[in-house]
Amino acid sequence: MRHLMSPMDFTTEELDALFDLAADIEKHPDTYAHKCDGKKLATCFYEPSTRTRLSFESAMLGLGGSVLGFSDANSSSAAKGESVSDTIRTVSCFADICAMRHPKEGAPMVAATHSRIPVINAGDGGHQHPTQTLTDLLTIRSLKGRLNNFTIGLCGDLKFGRTVHSLIEALKRYDNVKFVFISPEELRVPDYITEMLSELDIPYEEHISLEDTIDHLDLLYMTRVQRERFFNEEDYIRLKDFYILDKKKMKLAKPDMLVLHPLPRVNEISVEVDEDPRAVYFKQVQYGVYVRMALILTLLELV
Amino acid sequence: MLNVGQIEEGFVLDHIKAGKSLAIYHLLQLDKMDHTVAIIKNAKSNKMGKKDILKVECDITQLDLDVLALIDKNITVNVIKDGEIVNKKELVLPKEIKNIIQCKNPRCITSIEQELPHMFVLSDEKKEIYRCKYCEEKYNERSQAFMQW
Repeated sequence: MRHLMSPMDFTTEELDALFDLAADIEKHPDTYAHKCDGKKLATCFYEPSTRTRLSFESAMLGLGGSVLGFSDANSSSAAKGESVSDTIRTVSCFADICAMRHPKEGAPMVAATHSRIPVINAGDGGHQHPTQTLTDLLTIRSLKGRLNNFTIGLCGDLKFGRTVHSLIEALKRYDNVKFVFISPEELRVPDYITEMLSELDIPYEEHISLEDTIDHLDLLYMTRVQRERFFNEEDYIRLKDFYILDKKKMKLAKPDMLVLHPLPRVNEISVEVDEDPRAVYFKQVQYGVYVRMALILTLLELV
Repeated sequence: MLNVGQIEEGFVLDHIKAGKSLAIYHLLQLDKMDHTVAIIKNAKSNKMGKKDILKVECDITQLDLDVLALIDKNITVNVIKDGEIVNKKELVLPKEIKNIIQCKNPRCITSIEQELPHMFVLSDEKKEIYRCKYCEEKYNERSQAFMQW
């Protein structure tokens, strides 16, 4: 039995197989509509999340399975002080697979240690969010046709953004991927990441201006400056609108550059960009469902 | 000059940084065992000026000493059998350590679930970096956050 805790749990070959399956689900959804008949997904969400929880539920329903669960800690027995390990032992009796989001880092790993069913980490604090990374990779692979030979710009909050860190970790395994980090000084990518890239001889650049670099990029991954990561409201207000991607900046970009965003967006992408065919962040949400369908099938060993 | 008798079987831990012997006593959980232990603090040393020495009379298979590398890899471990030094053990950083150091990340699951063991994994042997098994928080400041004492 396998769990998914980090995007690095899968080899690149295993990821290829997962993405091939997701691509096939996209093409032939009817073929998969009853693959999970009689199977149940438990969504154990100890903190609120709309997109991720609904995406998991949509994925399971699309496979013919059913879903049960809770969507915040107050409506679960965690409010009575139950441990994660006891909760998962109980949930193992109710469901065939579990997607867990928890504000504490490492909680899904504790669950996996005590579980009789596969556990998927659906986000643990600022640590990992592997299904977002799988979504990002599938989006790039589906729309660019490859996961190598490109320059990707990551823009916004590169310090606290876990999706950015996981994506860099995942992309470092592919050939000829060049990273361009665009952030204000205060939200630079952590040193351990730039040190890791240097050790692996993977090229990267750091910039403050998006305008000056956007024309080199094949992909632009925008991120939101997250209010909850700041202790000081003034710093948040000063930095939250540091980057706003608009039509003017998009004119400087390559005609085939793709714009991704893990969503939710606040101000960092102007709504006028939504109509641009290069803006693929809503398609990305759809790929998120396909990749979760492929993941559920893989972990339930139904492929 | 203080005179501490010779041991028949056990370990003599020499060249311990002055003042660290009690930490090692607890780290090896000698307080929970009934071995004969001599702790010598602030002994004169040509190499170090002052040093601590710890003598433990015990079966040499009983103690896992690699955990000492967390405190100081330069500690000399003399293995004693029949009153003679039979080996000088080299300390190697353990791959995984349990309930020795405590994760200080307030967002880690161990911060709210008290019964969980604090597990750290050696993630970079060259740089001697340990990371929490749950949250991957880096730990390399060895002087802090040892558990229980």
